[in-house]
Amino acid sequence: MGEHMSETATTQPPPQTGEDRPVVVAASALTRRYGEGDTAVDALRGVSLDVHRGQLTAVMGPSGSGKSTLMHILAGLDRPTTGEVTIAGTGLSHLSDTDLTKLRRKHIGFVFQFFNLLPMLNAEENVVLPLSIAGEKPDKAWVDNLLEQVGLSQRRHHKPSELSGGQQQRVAIGRALVNRPTIIFADEPTGNLDSRTSGEILELLERSVRELDQTIVMVTHEARAAAIADRVLFLDDGLIVREAHDLSAREIVTAMEELGDT
Amino acid sequence: MTAFALRGLLGRKLRTVLTALAIVLGVATVSGTYVLTDSINNAFHSIFFETRAGSDVVVSGKSAFDLTGDSGVTAPSFDEGLLQRVRALPDVAEADGQVNGQAQLIGKDGKAIVYGGAPNLGFSIARGESRFNPLQLVSGNWPGMNEVVVDKSTASKEDIELGQQIGVQALGPVQRLRVSGIVKFGSVSTIGGATLSGFDLPTAQRLFKKRGQLDEIAVAGARGVPDSKLLAEIEGVLPAGTQARSSQAQSREDSKETDSFISFLQKFLLGFGGVALFVGSFVIANSLSITIAQRTREFATLRMLGASRAQILRSVVLEALVMGILASLLGLFAGLLLAKGLFSLFEAVGFTLPNNGLTLETRTIVVALLVGILVTLLASLRPALRATRVPPIAAVREGGTLPESRFARYRLPAALLLTALGFAGLLAGLFVPDLGTGQILLYMLGGAVLVFFGVALLSVRLVGPLAWTLGWPATKMGGAAGELARDNSRRNPQRTASTASALMIGLALVTLVSILAAGIVSSFRGAVKDIWKNADYAITAQNNFTPIPVAASEGVAKTPGVDAVANVRAGEALAFGNKIAITGVDPPSQRMFNLDWTEGSPAVLGSLGDDGAFVDEAYAKSHDLSIGSPVPLTFANNTKELFNVKGIFDPPTGGSPFGRVTVSDSAFDRHVPEPQNLYSFVLMKGGQTEANEAALDRTLKAFPNAKAATRQKFIDNQISGLSSILNILYVLLALSVVVSLFGIVNTLVLTVFERTREIGMLRAIGMTRRQVRRMIRHESVITALIGAAIGILLGIVLAVLLIARVDFIVLSLPFGQLVIFAIASIFVGIIAAIFPARRAARLNVLEALQYE
Repeated sequence: MGEHMSETATTQPPPQTGEDRPVVVAASALTRRYGEGDTAVDALRGVSLDVHRGQLTAVMGPSGSGKSTLMHILAGLDRPTTGEVTIAGTGLSHLSDTDLTKLRRKHIGFVFQFFNLLPMLNAEENVVLPLSIAGEKPDKAWVDNLLEQVGLSQRRHHKPSELSGGQQQRVAIGRALVNRPTIIFADEPTGNLDSRTSGEILELLERSVRELDQTIVMVTHEARAAAIADRVLFLDDGLIVREAHDLSAREIVTAMEELGDT
Repeated sequence: MTAFALRGLLGRKLRTVLTALAIVLGVATVSGTYVLTDSINNAFHSIFFETRAGSDVVVSGKSAFDLTGDSGVTAPSFDEGLLQRVRALPDVAEADGQVNGQAQLIGKDGKAIVYGGAPNLGFSIARGESRFNPLQLVSGNWPGMNEVVVDKSTASKEDIELGQQIGVQALGPVQRLRVSGIVKFGSVSTIGGATLSGFDLPTAQRLFKKRGQLDEIAVAGARGVPDSKLLAEIEGVLPAGTQARSSQAQSREDSKETDSFISFLQKFLLGFGGVALFVGSFVIANSLSITIAQRTREFATLRMLGASRAQILRSVVLEALVMGILASLLGLFAGLLLAKGLFSLFEAVGFTLPNNGLTLETRTIVVALLVGILVTLLASLRPALRATRVPPIAAVREGGTLPESRFARYRLPAALLLTALGFAGLLAGLFVPDLGTGQILLYMLGGAVLVFFGVALLSVRLVGPLAWTLGWPATKMGGAAGELARDNSRRNPQRTASTASALMIGLALVTLVSILAAGIVSSFRGAVKDIWKNADYAITAQNNFTPIPVAASEGVAKTPGVDAVANVRAGEALAFGNKIAITGVDPPSQRMFNLDWTEGSPAVLGSLGDDGAFVDEAYAKSHDLSIGSPVPLTFANNTKELFNVKGIFDPPTGGSPFGRVTVSDSAFDRHVPEPQNLYSFVLMKGGQTEANEAALDRTLKAFPNAKAATRQKFIDNQISGLSSILNILYVLLALSVVVSLFGIVNTLVLTVFERTREIGMLRAIGMTRRQVRRMIRHESVITALIGAAIGILLGIVLAVLLIARVDFIVLSLPFGQLVIFAIASIFVGIIAAIFPARRAARLNVLEALQYE
């Protein structure tokens, strides 16, 4: 079944969504094995992919398919057993922890399922946190603009505890955008939100790509979330089994059902 | 539930160990104190009782009252003819006479061999093989004429060899004697810093200026004669001024002063143990509260599964109990190590204590375990009660937190009330007139404990602004890490306040001690400057405080260039039914001393005559004395004389060299057979010159235990004794600071654990490991500084209160030292952060992010 799916993927017409633009994240032949011997588990079994600038990629798959592992490896949070990841032209495999951290600072933004905001900082402080950590002075006009974009101008001085879940995730998206990273990784960004708020957050992510020319890789298991993506990668059992472009939510549901996810 | 509680402890090994460390240290201080003092006591008792082991009855000179060692007065001696009469008694099997006193051996450098304040015991040995002799010969022979035996430890420390000549100074100038043997004292491995020198009887009588006299007769009864019969027989032949006691009773009498010193030392050290435990209880309470807050969901789940509040309470208290028992056991044994450490500490400051091996009494075990377990249980009560208030619904809610205490809104008034009550207790203890010592201590102790609790509770309110202010440098130095550290320290004010409070207590006490010491030093300095008008030099003992034989000043008086010598004799006498310190002065003092006379004139110093006396103002007031009032004095040798008040003076804040009553030296010498000088002051032609100094030093070569000092040097010498005591105090207080350091470590570890996901996120968005470490370190330093700021301030307040009451200390703030304390607390913060910061920096980002 997996073969069938990848065949379908390769027979798709050439994409119209920016694949002529430069590759910002490249992964080749990634494998990731956890444990040793009999109990070893292969989370990734040879995944290669390119992410182009301005592209919104969704990674989907049933639980245990390796989608989270893939994202962690792409983001330099985990190391592949074999294979190499290149972000903005830098290979990650030989970087020290400090160099990797500095690379994340400069090139990577994160959006988490549970927001992960600092409770003692207000919205604006949370947004500029990556710049503070890097010891950079935030450009006021840019921050104002950003807060406007994520719809938090009125709440910039509120603490996370005074914000709704959707608002907290907007802060998190602002935080991911603030240093104009090469790529943003979003891990189930709507996983902890109700459906109306999810819609708003997805719209915000989409706008970041279209209007701010951001590049986003989003891991999700919600068809509706994946539907905003330029392309969707379906993972199963540690392999990309299908790559599709501009799918509708319905098409995604069907594809997922074929993968056996209910 | 029991099994659950125990499994909980095992599951949180690190936290349990860190929390328990606070108790271990506190209990160790208590058990260490007991072990130390019991060991000293034991060693002293062996010394006192072994000395008398061979005798049944001891005859000694009888003084009119109990004499204090080092007071300058000794019990009167008696005629040696008594020995023959005692030997002639039918039931006496054997009897030997002895004279004794202070005798210093002179070291290779020409200086007297004196270890701190330890005694230099000199005595006669009638017959080496006698049953009365408690010494054993290590090498050589028992002393003959003009010979001396020396104890082994002094001999080896000072390289004294058999057959060599050694200088010995007793009451006269140094005499050279031949070392005939090296001896050791029974079973005691070290007799502390004491030196022993034994002579034959005639030599000893010459050295101590007791020709034809004896101080003691040791008597052994014939076989089968009961002590009481022997005692009665001997008492029949005793002349006035002598007494006979059973050797047991005499040993008890001998050890009285040491016993009271040891009991003081014990209480004193226990006080510090108490402080360490008190600080420890803060640490335990705080650690348990944090742990319980983090286990909110766990408790809620248990409640949902049907556990009752009582069961939750029991399980938390049980955890604390088990931890308390284990920690107290560990602490008990750590106390043995600590006792060893304290022995070395005392030795390091020149205060060698006798040591006969460590003694672990049952009482030590019981008290240490009981105290440790009780403190742990008490500290666990509040957190345990909070745990019972977790509602079952918290199990299913995201980010469940502990419900606020029902009493939360009363916290501020309660804190204020506690603080006010505490200060009221302190003030009552200090200023309410006519309180007994016990009451004063109770009020002050209770007051201090309440103040510390109150201020600890109040400090919750201070954490915000203090962290903001004290964290400012962190934000400048540490960038984003510093700013986050400052925010983190303000995040849970309760927790930061409790953690800082533990350090606050230690620093408040350190500050108090340093201010009192600075006050004592500065008032002493002032007093010397006031009184010491135009003397050029003072002659004192090498150790600056024991009296020296008058022969030294007689020698000084004959030194070329000396214009006048004023001698201050020191001793004791009975007046109005109380033992008081008395002093004697001679007419030259009028030229050298400047006293503030409220009645009489400066001429009093020169005209006391045969029956004149002067007293200090407070003594005059309490006994209603004025010019012409009679003061009856009874001296140690049972002579009585009536003196008339000729002057009343107001001593400076820092005190004076004079006792309550001062008479003329000549009157003093009439009643004290071998008078000694506390100080001699010297006026020289040409003042302080190198030539004059050299001349004095030449004279004092014959009196190696004496030294000459200028006013400045005299002040410095006297103060140096204080600084060794001060160092001991600081080391003891450092123990409680170490306990609070563990408290900070504990809080940080728990905090890091609690913020795992947050740290994961920070690492993900670009925080380096260094920055993580820096963030934790700055938070630690800010917490420590909060404790230091409140502690130093509180210490100042307490010192001001105390000094307002104590009239011999002036207030003087040692700013330099306070700054050092603040810097030291920064280091406490840095050290405390090492381990938690490393743990935080090593967190695996991925695991941390997925952590729940």
